[in-house]
Amino acid sequence: MATITLDTVRKVYAGDVEAVKGVSIDIADSEFIVLVGPSGCGKSTLLRMIAGLEDITTGEIKIGDRLVNKVDPADRDIAMVFQNYALYPHMSVYNNLAYGLKNRGMAKEEIDRRVKEAARILEIGDYLDRKPRALSGGQRQRVAMGRAIVREPAAFLFDEPLSNLDAKLRVQMRVEIKRLQQSLGTTSVYVTHDQLEAMTLADRLVVLNGGNIEQIGAPIEVYDKPASTFVASFIGSPAMNLLNVKADGDGLSLENGAGLSGSNAKGKDSYIVGIRPEHLQVVDGPSSGDGVNLEVSVDVLEPVGAESFVYASFPDGGPEIVVRVSSHARHEPGEKMHLHADAKDVHFFDSSTGRRID
Amino acid sequence: MYKLKITDHLILLTGVFFMVAPVVLTFMTSTHDAIAIYKGGVQFLPGDKFLENYETVLFQAGGFTQEVNGFVMLKNSMILGFGFAIGKIVISMLAAYAIVYFRFPFASVCFWIIFATLLLPLEVRILPSYEIVQSLGMVNTYSGLIVPLIASATGTFFFRQFFMSVPDELLEAARIDGAGPWKFFKDILVPLSKTMIAAIFIIMFVFGWNQYLWPTLITTDESLFTLVRGIKQILQVWVGAQIPAFNEAMALAILAMLPPVLIVVIFQSWFVKGLVESDK
Ligand SMILES: Nc1ncnc2c1ncn2[C@@H]1O[C@H](COP(=O)(O)OP(=O)(O)OP(=O)(O)O)[C@@H](O)[C@H]1O
Ligand SMILES: [Mg+2]
Repeated sequence: MATITLDTVRKVYAGDVEAVKGVSIDIADSEFIVLVGPSGCGKSTLLRMIAGLEDITTGEIKIGDRLVNKVDPADRDIAMVFQNYALYPHMSVYNNLAYGLKNRGMAKEEIDRRVKEAARILEIGDYLDRKPRALSGGQRQRVAMGRAIVREPAAFLFDEPLSNLDAKLRVQMRVEIKRLQQSLGTTSVYVTHDQLEAMTLADRLVVLNGGNIEQIGAPIEVYDKPASTFVASFIGSPAMNLLNVKADGDGLSLENGAGLSGSNAKGKDSYIVGIRPEHLQVVDGPSSGDGVNLEVSVDVLEPVGAESFVYASFPDGGPEIVVRVSSHARHEPGEKMHLHADAKDVHFFDSSTGRRID
Repeated sequence: MYKLKITDHLILLTGVFFMVAPVVLTFMTSTHDAIAIYKGGVQFLPGDKFLENYETVLFQAGGFTQEVNGFVMLKNSMILGFGFAIGKIVISMLAAYAIVYFRFPFASVCFWIIFATLLLPLEVRILPSYEIVQSLGMVNTYSGLIVPLIASATGTFFFRQFFMSVPDELLEAARIDGAGPWKFFKDILVPLSKTMIAAIFIIMFVFGWNQYLWPTLITTDESLFTLVRGIKQILQVWVGAQIPAFNEAMALAILAMLPPVLIVVIFQSWFVKGLVESDK
């Protein structure tokens, strides 16, 4: 167990591709950090630099108090779980778990004890003699986890370990990884592009965009106070409604067209206003309370079971609006709808930089 | 399901006939005595000299120096076949390993140079090759027979393609597991390449076994003669006043065919098993 410190870490690949642009994170002991972001944002690159599989162009990475920039992956005291599991196809499950320990010159009895213990925790004891190809995806995933556990490392590194599993198994393994990490208390860095996985697993989320950190924070903090329009649209499903608005005096209106009114809370000329689907209330008639009021017409109703989502649009076109409604609500396409969001639920972002305005 | 028709069988049988008939003829002929063959040509029916002929070619010393028999030639061919195949596999695996996994300058240029030598088979460079081997004093040695032949562009090419298909994550997992370059090669790559090795072994063994030109040049000492070369020798040596010993040449030909057939049969089941249980 250890802290991990990244200090302005950069990665430039051959051909001047700057994949990571000066990232600093302090990861506490036993913390579960999730790196999340769209494809190509540099998540894997960052993780692989921590693992030692990729050289660090500039900056420093420390595991515990030790600077590891030049340390071999095997000597960094980390374990990594790969997306495609990367089990050794020709070795039995037992040997897959034992291989790294053997290479360290560990005594046979100790290896055996650790492998058996990991097998017990992960319930793979019955497959120890099998080859990986004779296992299901979920079982392979467990073996890959087992290979990480037996090392008893200072940190676990996960690169999208669940994305090859079907939806149901993914949820199950997600819970299991969380449980395991809590009981072992091992510092973990987990990469995913699935925002739900990120929200549910993380002690702290690191949202990456184009090689930069957009925001670091507890999942609920990131959800409630997204630092930028990028984070706002990436975290949460369906995504936050983002509208370009202009201010005239104390009032707000849509930049192009009608259908929006509201109070100019921040005293600027133009904004991007963000409202989560669940914060839009359906009201009976035109409302003029504090916050933002919308007048839209229903396009599609999408029931998902516990709730439904209405996709609606403004009279003059413009951006689509998503509203969460109760699963029993009935809305016909073409129907007019009046919506209201309280002032406390309205997010303001700078219209040129996209940064949050508090 | 497709039902086999009589014409399908006919096509197959024709193929089998052309493949097998010469072998059967050779075998039948090898069981007669030389006079019968000289008078009647190749024989279609078994004769009564089976044991006699085979014993002669296997154990009776022949040649000018009277110190080589079929058995010795069989041994020499074995040494050539195994040395050739194993040497080629070792060299080409190591070359492919270097090309695929190590970032050294001009790696791809090196690969293409190796690949280009495919266009320069032994026959083209036989004089310089002989000159080098001779000046190294390796004429009439097993190493002179084998070493100049084991560089293999084909093998390097196949192993390179195979190694490139091995997922990178496997290398990375092994690095995290503390396996250095040698351990990764020995513990991961070689076991993964089993099928590939078996396939290349079959091809190369047969290819090595059937080498004719190079052994003819490099071995003038009869105790180093290989079977393939010996067949020719039998016919040559006894040409003269005597009737050529066609029966013995045929028997030797049959003997020369057996080991490659065995190798193919043994390794093939291995090979097919490997293909079916695909590891990756
Ligand atoms: N070996 C490489 N050489 C050059 N560029 C690379 C290399 N590996 C990655 N990149 C580039 O670096 C950027 C970040 O890649 P990375 O693999 O870290 O993305 P990611 O966030 O993990 O994406 P994904 O979610 O698709 O896995 C990408 O633009 C990618 O094209
Ligand atoms: Mg990735």
